Amino acid sequence: MSNTESSKNTELTRRKFLGTAAASAGLAIAPGVLLFRVAQAKPAAQAVTSKVRWGMLIDSTKCSTGCNDCVTACKTEHHLEGHNRPETDVQWIRKLKVTDKQTGHVMSLPMMCQHCENPPCVDVCPTGASFKRADGIVLVDRHICIGCRYCMMACPYKARSFEHEEVDDQAVSAPRGKGTVEACTMCVYRVDRDKQPACVEACSEAEHGAMLFGDLNDPESEISKRLAEYGGKQIRADLGLNTGVRYQGI
Amino acid sequence: MSVGLHKKKLKLLLAGLILTLPLSLFAEGNLPIVPKAKAKATAEYGCVNPVADMRKNHMEYLLHQRDQTMHKGIRTKKYSLAKCIECHVTPDKNGKYAEYGDDDFFCSSCHNYAAVSIDCFQCHNDKPQSAYSSLSSNKQSLPEGHEKFASNDTLPSGDAE
Ligand code: HEC
Ligand code: HEC
Ligand code: HEC
Repeated sequence: MSNTESSKNTELTRRKFLGTAAASAGLAIAPGVLLFRVAQAKPAAQAVTSKVRWGMLIDSTKCSTGCNDCVTACKTEHHLEGHNRPETDVQWIRKLKVTDKQTGHVMSLPMMCQHCENPPCVDVCPTGASFKRADGIVLVDRHICIGCRYCMMACPYKARSFEHEEVDDQAVSAPRGKGTVEACTMCVYRVDRDKQPACVEACSEAEHGAMLFGDLNDPESEISKRLAEYGGKQIRADLGLNTGVRYQGI
Repeated sequence: MSVGLHKKKLKLLLAGLILTLPLSLFAEGNLPIVPKAKAKATAEYGCVNPVADMRKNHMEYLLHQRDQTMHKGIRTKKYSLAKCIECHVTPDKNGKYAEYGDDDFFCSSCHNYAAVSIDCFQCHNDKPQSAYSSLSSNKQSLPEGHEKFASNDTLPSGDAE
């Protein structure tokens, strides 16, 4: 397919174009972002499967203290508003600064739902509202969440929040309201439409390149290749949760 | 004043009431006025399914779609709540949007009449995505990707007034 053909710039044509081009040219076109999009294109009517497992790789050596771009992107994307009550305001992603008291070495990293393979939040949920999608994304079905907050207690990463106040002006793609638990959704509605989570996008748009999103089950994906070559740590690996979010440089 | 006169007056009043009651019950003002959609989903039916079917069964479709989307990541447009709102909720002449609960908001026009109460709009925005594209000049409140969400799967248009 030629470039002129693809310039009938509907989404479909572009995708088709990328699909064919990638299939024929393989690695000749920019790997990484493009490949991830091509490989994972999912028709709207198709259910997610366990063939893919979405994950993230965070390079803390590229993540600087003081930078809050991922957090800001998340808040903007999901219209998360606080009430000046840091103890209880919702947060889906937060920045951590870890100092080694002996050496003075400082590490910076974002912390959010680690999308565990064996999520403790799902184990304790009394209604089945906490669940893991086939593709590994851990979510709260807020339609059946009763707001008991057991999952918040069970989560070793302090990743979940409870909305205490009525919410107005929600993002159309991110409904949320009072009395339910919420957390990072890996921006499912973006992922289902072949886009990256908002935080990852913001991090790479600002050219920090500290966050990478992709399919952990696909050995050809950028994230799997990097993990295979350089490794990536789980935080609290001792718990055996097999997290979908991995870290380098920690 | 005699008791008799009083009774006569009452009777007259009652007769009057009985005459006017049925009239006002069937007068237009008492039936819900359902705001018009801004486009047609299909030339054939108007809505995504025949209108009579939608009046009766919309809740089934919505609840089914909810589970499909939430648990399986199925994101078809047909029964998407966001799409119902996109097509059915339009601004008035001053560019203002009615809210869920108002008699002139699409979903509550009927629900108020039939005393149905739903919690959907405690979480789901009752304004269409297009409200944000036109209302807000502040880019921050229109996160990247949302314009796309609204325009990505373009709704059929043309038949709107
Ligand atoms: C592309 C536009 C469009 C979309 C999307 C759409 N509808 Fe409709 N709907 C219409 C039209 C047109 C009518 C006919 C009445 C009118 O002109 O407003 C209608 C009629 C209805 C009616 C009957 C209203 C009455 O006057 O009695 C209901 C109920 C309804 N729709 C519910 C829904 C629901 C629920 C959804 C989402 C699953 C939805 N519609 C999606 C265009 C749409
Ligand atoms: C406590 C919050 C909450 C309430 C209340 C709620 N929803 Fe949802 N709803 C959500 C969330 C969160 C999603 C997931 C959005 C996503 O992944 O795109 C969702 C998704 C949906 C979807 C799929 C997305 C779409 O726009 O089509 C439908 C349909 C839906 N809900 C219907 C309903 C209906 C009908 C009600 C009322 C009976 C309702 N919801 C009440 C939070 C809520
Ligand atoms: C044509 C009138 C009409 C319109 C318009 C309408 N509804 Fe309804 N809806 C009803 C009626 C009547 C019922 C109650 C049916 C019953 O109880 O058998 C109902 C029930 C429901 C229920 C189930 C409530 C429950 O407790 O079981 C949901 C959910 C719902 N509507 C959602 C919506 C949404 C969302 C919209 C707007 C997109 C909407 N409806 C627009 C007439 C309407």
